[in-house]
Amino acid sequence: MLTFLRRRIVSSALPLLVVVLGVFALARLTGNPASLYLPLNATAEMRANFTAKYGFDDPLLVQMAHYFGGVLRLDFGESLRTGEPAAAMALRAFPATLQLAGTTMLLAVVLAVIVGCWAALKPNGVADRISSFVSMAAASVPDFWLAIMGILVFAITLGWVPTSGVGGATSWILPIATLLLRPFGVLVQIVRGAMVSSLSEPYIKLARSKGASEFRVVTRHALRNAAAPALTVAGDLTVSLVNGAVVVESIFGWPGIGKLMIDSILQRDFAVLQAAVLLTAVSIFILNILIDLGYAGLDARVRPAGRRKKSSRAASVVVAEPKERKIHVQTTP
Amino acid sequence: MSRPPRNAVQLPSGGRTVAPPGTEAIALPRGESVADKKTSLFQLLLKDRFATVAAVVLVLVGLTAVFGPTLMGDLSTRQDLGATNRPPFSFSDGWAFILGSDSLGRSMLARLVVATQTTLSVALPAVAISLVLGSLWGVWAGYHRGWRETVSMRIADVIMSFPSLLLAVVILYVFSPSAANIVLILAVTRIPIYLRTARAESAELQSRTFVDAARTFGTKPNAIIRRHVIPVVLPTLLTLATIEFCYVMLAESSLSFLGIGIQPPDVSWGLMVAQGRQYLQTAWWLSFFPGLAIMVTTVAANVLAAWLRIATDPAQRWRLTLPRKRLLVRLPVKEVL
Repeated sequence: MLTFLRRRIVSSALPLLVVVLGVFALARLTGNPASLYLPLNATAEMRANFTAKYGFDDPLLVQMAHYFGGVLRLDFGESLRTGEPAAAMALRAFPATLQLAGTTMLLAVVLAVIVGCWAALKPNGVADRISSFVSMAAASVPDFWLAIMGILVFAITLGWVPTSGVGGATSWILPIATLLLRPFGVLVQIVRGAMVSSLSEPYIKLARSKGASEFRVVTRHALRNAAAPALTVAGDLTVSLVNGAVVVESIFGWPGIGKLMIDSILQRDFAVLQAAVLLTAVSIFILNILIDLGYAGLDARVRPAGRRKKSSRAASVVVAEPKERKIHVQTTP
Repeated sequence: MSRPPRNAVQLPSGGRTVAPPGTEAIALPRGESVADKKTSLFQLLLKDRFATVAAVVLVLVGLTAVFGPTLMGDLSTRQDLGATNRPPFSFSDGWAFILGSDSLGRSMLARLVVATQTTLSVALPAVAISLVLGSLWGVWAGYHRGWRETVSMRIADVIMSFPSLLLAVVILYVFSPSAANIVLILAVTRIPIYLRTARAESAELQSRTFVDAARTFGTKPNAIIRRHVIPVVLPTLLTLATIEFCYVMLAESSLSFLGIGIQPPDVSWGLMVAQGRQYLQTAWWLSFFPGLAIMVTTVAANVLAAWLRIATDPAQRWRLTLPRKRLLVRLPVKEVL
């Protein structure tokens, strides 16, 4: 298990590093913040002072060395806008995003498993056709449009929930409902497909002939075997939520990492942007490892050699390239 | 020809049989009389009501994009400040205002039609570019394996985890915010999807006996990829591209909505939703109809993709040739995910 983890960490750390370096370089391509933070009639001298103060006139490599030297000492720089430490701003915004993403995914997974199983019990039946159409529509709604229509109907016309901001429990309803729809739609299709194929396996016949109740057959025998593809897709969907539900967060004024990121991009607040990107990149990195561990828990074949003596060829292939399983699912959701 | 053909290989992972290229194989369930194997894709399409409707919708959207702007281009920019924010579904201002008018008194219908062209002219090239580049790269990487595969996959990881918003903003600030640049961003950020899929499929194929045979005859790697690998991988990739089309369209809309995509005076569906947002309380139709257009197109493309996935898979195509009632009985046998 440790070998597996070490390989996984080493192979994912490189892309992580490249992304952080790339963000650093690209952000500086967007232009000098001096023109944004100084008044229009600022003299050339003032500009030069501002640029020199934050080191924007140094060569890119020098800036990078300076910044990452700071990162090693856990100094992530300060926000140009507020003068606050960038790390503090990112860490303050992150829980808001995590809460939103966590609640959304939890609801989406539970609902999708229920609907997906229900649809899979009778393939091509009425329930299946309804759920497949609903899930397809749900996965196709543009989230910004849904958010706006939700505000129009439930906040403005009916006045049930606030239009934006973080207040009481009601302020959570619209953002979660908006974010929920897409993961739900995608997951229903995955769960349904996996359940249909799992229910037609011989071990289900065996379980039924043993006299197991239908509920037990579905939950213990079929669902457990259908969980792997759903886990992959749920992981990818969570990644995209953690990465910042930028649009939804900015519509609902949700003080999360997505809103922080787009704001700092538009304001050229480089230090905050880098801190936010670094934070999400690291958390996605951890999330991916957790997903892989979840796999190993679910499917004995993925469990790497070492703990189990037998390691078939198929298993070793999967361990070497864990993405391979994901791809199969992606092509045929 | 009954059951999967003998030279089709059963995959260890899925239950899917992949026929080698060249053998126009339709795997049939045991005992089933051979359905007309010459049935063309078009005839198959007509048999499925949902897929037919989806295809018709997509063709209509395509025709609108091609011919709409020449027919309604003038109308879409004609302002009438005396007739602003007219509600939809009233004929008092003529048929052009059936969907209402916007804050400058322009016809919503005409603007939607013009926006169709912009939206599609961003989404389609982006999908095409990433499909071609990603697939070729992936097939190449998967066929050769080794370091070429490793490097390619790491590059894909980097692109996948890069915040595409930042990329969009950079392009917007550094270069001009034109439709071409948005196409470029969307194409680059979606390449890894095809890259990963094509690599996985091609890595699997390159260990097959028919590829081995070609290799034994001394065929060059590029020729093997062209003649033996790509034809087998292509259906999967085309289906993927249909789904990707939806994603790219939504992504362009999101970018335009955030103000870093299509810039006015150009107009796309996403931009129209954004522009209508400030009139939400007084004129809901400004945001409603463009969003609906996005949704209908996306659903249609999704339905068609689901159908294509079955229709292009030789092992599953027979399902579409059966009448609906018997399908119900047949399906539980062994549904492939």
